[in-house]
Amino acid sequence: MLTIKDLRVAVNGKEILKGIDLEVNPGEVHAVMGPNGSGKSTLAYVLAGRPGYEVLGGEVIYEGRNLLEMDPEERAWEGIFLAFQYPVEVPGVNNMYFLKAAVNAKRKHQGLPELDAMDFLKLAREKIRLVHMREDLLKRNVNEGFSGGEKKRNEIFQMAMLEPKLGILDETDSGLDIDALKTVAEGVNTLRDGRRSFIVVTHYQRLLDYIVPDHVHVLAHGRIVKSGDRSLALELEEQGYAWVEEAAGA
Amino acid sequence: MSTAVANLDHYVAAFEEAAGRLPGAGMPWLDAFRRQGLAAFERLGFPSTRQEEWKYTSVRAIERERFALATETCAGLVEDDLGEARMEGLEAHRFVFLNGRHAPQLSRPGKLPTGVTALPLAEALGMCPDRVEALVGRRVAVEENGFTALNAAWFTDGLFLEVEPGVELVHPVHVLHVTVGRDEPDAHHLRHLIHLGEGARAVVIEHYIALGEGVYLNNVVDELVLQPHAHLRHYKLVQEGLQGRHIAAIDTHQLGGSHYRSHNVCLGGALTRNEIRADLDAEYAECELFGLYVTDGRQHVDNHTRVDHRKPHGTSHEFYKGVLAGRSRGVFNGVVYVHPGAQKTDAQQANHNLLLSREAEIDTKPQLEIYADDVKCSHGATVGQLDEQQLFYLRSRGIPEATAAGMLTYGFAHDLVEHMGLEPVRRLIEELLVRKLPHAAELQGVG
Ligand SMILES: Nc1ncnc2c1ncn2[C@@H]1O[C@H](COP(=O)(O)OP(=O)(O)O)[C@@H](O)[C@H]1O
Ligand SMILES: [Mg+2]
Repeated sequence: MLTIKDLRVAVNGKEILKGIDLEVNPGEVHAVMGPNGSGKSTLAYVLAGRPGYEVLGGEVIYEGRNLLEMDPEERAWEGIFLAFQYPVEVPGVNNMYFLKAAVNAKRKHQGLPELDAMDFLKLAREKIRLVHMREDLLKRNVNEGFSGGEKKRNEIFQMAMLEPKLGILDETDSGLDIDALKTVAEGVNTLRDGRRSFIVVTHYQRLLDYIVPDHVHVLAHGRIVKSGDRSLALELEEQGYAWVEEAAGA
Repeated sequence: MSTAVANLDHYVAAFEEAAGRLPGAGMPWLDAFRRQGLAAFERLGFPSTRQEEWKYTSVRAIERERFALATETCAGLVEDDLGEARMEGLEAHRFVFLNGRHAPQLSRPGKLPTGVTALPLAEALGMCPDRVEALVGRRVAVEENGFTALNAAWFTDGLFLEVEPGVELVHPVHVLHVTVGRDEPDAHHLRHLIHLGEGARAVVIEHYIALGEGVYLNNVVDELVLQPHAHLRHYKLVQEGLQGRHIAAIDTHQLGGSHYRSHNVCLGGALTRNEIRADLDAEYAECELFGLYVTDGRQHVDNHTRVDHRKPHGTSHEFYKGVLAGRSRGVFNGVVYVHPGAQKTDAQQANHNLLLSREAEIDTKPQLEIYADDVKCSHGATVGQLDEQQLFYLRSRGIPEATAAGMLTYGFAHDLVEHMGLEPVRRLIEELLVRKLPHAAELQGVG
């Protein structure tokens, strides 16, 4: 589904990703772990198409296409979804209107009829229960005045609405209490259907107790320094990231 | 310079020719007032960019024209021609003026409550000249500038509204000025006089539209008086035509505990200049000034505001926003002046601008002048572009870039529309806003 080969990326002239290789097959969950500043968010942003990232080398193939040539909106239509580490507040734009526009843009691209207000609301009510989000948040402006937890739930809610093929979760767990964490994980697990894939970026292994990964990768200084199965996450939990830094030769 | 002088002579000659036919002609006080206006205009001419108050706004395009005073009425216009300007669902006392003259066939004054006088000014001059005299020239000095002087000499019509103490005018007064484009450039000099007695309440919608193309000038003076505890909501919506120019001076005299709220929305016109002043002349007076300007092409919008806090416990909240596209230009100049002794003043002022193109420009200057020590004042101004992060967030959800830009722009402007209590006005403005923004087509149903 997704193949990243020797991807090198610079931000503001500074090389951040220094040769990433990653292969994600349908239905797999990959965890990407690593210390702060190792480039996890950069990787997530590059996959989602955030402008301002300079690709110095390598390639990203998504379902047979060169992902890096696609606009962010096109990636979304083709099934990529990024749950932001810091969901953006958008004053003056109503959450419901925003999401309806997003859902319908994707449907249009798929050649499906647009959802009218009634059908949309029905769908939204169904999905919002999945993440135990307060329904009145739909009427507010996008993320404006939401608590940290509400913002993260809103991300997962959007993901449930847009039903991506590849969900990228960037530290969705950070700042969540244990109950919220479980809810978010439940939401993600409900979306696991054997074909949908996830890249779960996290700093702590705690989330992986609830979203069980097939593969775990450790990112340090812009490189994947180690890959393994679930036990690697536990190992990291015990030993901390110091050895990783050494392994990366910092 | 020589054209300008020749054009000054044109106005003087035209005045001599028309003076006898102006509304109220023959009343000594009014004749004298008009003469005073003409003399002031001869002396002042049009403002120049060398004057501080007009530094960023050139009126050369006005100076170059020889505007005639529209004399013919546009017969044949029917209610349907007003279109959406009637504001669907609006129950109002409607007064329509065509090229500066009252058009009775289009007006729907309706039944006014006892204690309310609402009349076209030209009629009021016939029916209650003393009450008109008591208000004319009290707030806006004839000599303030060339435009106020011209208005004094030439004003033909407008709204005269008096509400007696304690009376509430439940339905708004909708003053709709329609300019029908003509081959020759013409100027309309309009004057609105509003007096609310103690504790009286009213809502006034001052609205300008154009039908067809044509070069014209609307030169407006508003003189408003709010007696103690009176309450006025004043909507002003400028949708002048592509070649329309709009110059206005609005001055409100506020007595104790009175409340004035202005919603000033500038969308159309080649040039719009508003001079808006609130004079808080007694304790506990309160004013709220909301403004929104959305410009594109080569439009120019200039809002000059001034709030005078003269007595203690006054409150003023001012909030202006601008969205500028194309090669358009905006000017915001807001003075808050706290006079000595005006303790416990609470004054806030903010002006935020969104530039949608490299060629668009804004000059913003908030000014606080404080001569009292126990006050709470704040002000601020910002100029920015669309937020990259917000744009990316929307696009990452599959919203096309153009739509995302439109949504953000609409969102930026919308909080000024939100404040509007009058639903039909708000709906029309929302609709106009969507239409005016880039990518309007993708924004259906945004409100
Ligand atoms: N816009 C930027 N300009 C310059 N440096 C940046 C920018 N964004 C991120 N970086 C740098 O890139 C590195 C990786 O950041 P990030 O991908 O956010 O790490 P992580 O998500 O793993 O904490 C950090 O050193 C950070 O300072
Ligand atoms: Mg990060």
